[in-house]
Amino acid sequence: MFLLIGRRLLQSMVTVIAAVTLIFLLFSVIPGTFVSSLAGDKRDIDPKVLERIETELGLNDPLPTRFANYIGNLVRGDLGTSFATQRPVTAVLSARIWASFKLACAAIGFAVIVGLPLGFVAAVKQGTWMDTTAMMTAVSGLSIPAFWFGLLTMYFISLKLGWLPTFGYGNGGFRHLILPALTLGIAPMALLARTSRAAVLETMNADFIRTARSKGNTETRIVVRHMARNAFVLVLTTIGLQFGSMLGGSVVIENLFAWPGIGALLTQSVSMRDIPMVQGCILLIVLFFLVINTLVDIAYLLIDPRIRYR
Amino acid sequence: MTAQTILQVDKLSIALRLKGQGFPAVSNLSFSVERGEVFGLVGESGCGKSLCALTIAGLLRDPLHVTGGRIDFDGQDINRLSNRDMRRLRGNRVAMIFQEPMTSLNPLMTIGDQIGEMFELHENMSRRQARLKAVESLEQVQVPSPERRIRDYPHQLSGGMRQRVMIAIALACNPALLIADEPTTALDVTIQAEIVELILDLCKARGTAVLMISHDLGLVARICNRVAVMYAGSIVEERAASEVFVDPRHPYTQGLLASLPRLGRRLQEGRKPLMEIKGVVPALTERGPGCGFAPRCSKATDICWADMPAATALSGSGKIRCYHHG
Repeated sequence: MFLLIGRRLLQSMVTVIAAVTLIFLLFSVIPGTFVSSLAGDKRDIDPKVLERIETELGLNDPLPTRFANYIGNLVRGDLGTSFATQRPVTAVLSARIWASFKLACAAIGFAVIVGLPLGFVAAVKQGTWMDTTAMMTAVSGLSIPAFWFGLLTMYFISLKLGWLPTFGYGNGGFRHLILPALTLGIAPMALLARTSRAAVLETMNADFIRTARSKGNTETRIVVRHMARNAFVLVLTTIGLQFGSMLGGSVVIENLFAWPGIGALLTQSVSMRDIPMVQGCILLIVLFFLVINTLVDIAYLLIDPRIRYR
Repeated sequence: MTAQTILQVDKLSIALRLKGQGFPAVSNLSFSVERGEVFGLVGESGCGKSLCALTIAGLLRDPLHVTGGRIDFDGQDINRLSNRDMRRLRGNRVAMIFQEPMTSLNPLMTIGDQIGEMFELHENMSRRQARLKAVESLEQVQVPSPERRIRDYPHQLSGGMRQRVMIAIALACNPALLIADEPTTALDVTIQAEIVELILDLCKARGTAVLMISHDLGLVARICNRVAVMYAGSIVEERAASEVFVDPRHPYTQGLLASLPRLGRRLQEGRKPLMEIKGVVPALTERGPGCGFAPRCSKATDICWADMPAATALSGSGKIRCYHHG
């Protein structure tokens, strides 16, 4: 078990290094720098000042030097200083990670709590109106763009009905969390409904379920003791992947709801070419994804005796 | 029906219902199994023998439906039993072994739990007690070091071992009837005989009757007291096993036996192709009103195409469905 975790971490390191390098190179080739974004605001800034800023931020150094500096600092746990605010990137990130994490957890929670039962009911009542309704909900959930769904909820639930706050973090309370989490969770929910329907159908027709029935089990006991775990194994990967990509996927939603998380920070930083900040955000998103996936692997080990990683 | 009869199937019909249309899969099936007897049900794939088995265990699922007839188990009409009573019967008094040991066991449960479940369900034991009994059951099916094996999962066992576990599950509560649906088909030839012997020995010791479903004529001839030969959803011939293989009366049974390859035949008769019954089994949708075997039968006349022959008693013992038997 510990060997596995260790090995997974090592493998993850490779992914992290690749991601970091790619992002660094990408931002060195896209047009525009932090300085040009400052000047682009039509503010009258003395070119000499701009030049000085450029030199101070090290933007004029050759690429290999900049990369070496970045990696060197990264190894020491220093993600650099934001160009825009001059605050350490780690400090800004740690101030914002909690909001994003809360949102991701709420969204995946919603997706699992609604999506799994929906898929389960659809499978058990296969071919009935319940199945059709559940799957139509799922297809709609997958095809409606999240930002559009978000706007709709804002308009109807907040503006028209006045039930929930429109946007913002508030004091971090639950009421502010509901709409963004719903919007972020709708697509994963729909996907989970579809996967779990397929998983339950597959399990339902398995030979060992027939065996369980021939033993004289009640239908409830068959579902609880024989079907649930087997079907869940098939859905677990989807849950993991969806949860892992949630931090990165929340970029649009966080902006829409003015949610002070990593996603909103990322868009701001990209438009300002605040490279250290962007790199920090992406590093965090990648790490989150890797951690969740490692957790899923471990969960598999605990649930499915057939899986033994070597 | 006598007190000695454990299972009586009377004019059982099963149909496949698709989009409002019904296709008869099994029609007017009648046979009975005596207590402690080994009864063989033979026929080629798709003739309805497994459907019959599932129906007896109350396991028939949509889109298959019983459309007529009755099944009496130990004097009780099982169609009249409530779901609850049927569940008490299932596993406890009527047990089943399936064809595919590789997929018939739950991959995420230890085999100890899977055997123990029988005692939890039917003998109200706690999980701990059930586990102890499971060790005993495993010992009876001759699995080596059972106390260790009960902690194993199915994927850690070979096909033969898994089938032994299935047997342990099926016989855990000493059922009165064991339905063995091709229990050895998926196994290596070398362990087939072992598994069959094991089933027979254990059933004999418990007085359990066996309904052996198979397409292996040799196996059925060796182990069964009586045999029913099925073709296209009907029993065409039902006889004592010792008779049917020596003196088959139905053209289908005759054809089947003539098609069996025999060791040494080539030495005696020279090289020639194996015998076969011409034609194929008619599909469910293509079955006419007459004898199901008529299209492939060399003796078929007009009446065979028009009307299904009734089951008639043979002069010695047994029954046959054929206008031209003898």
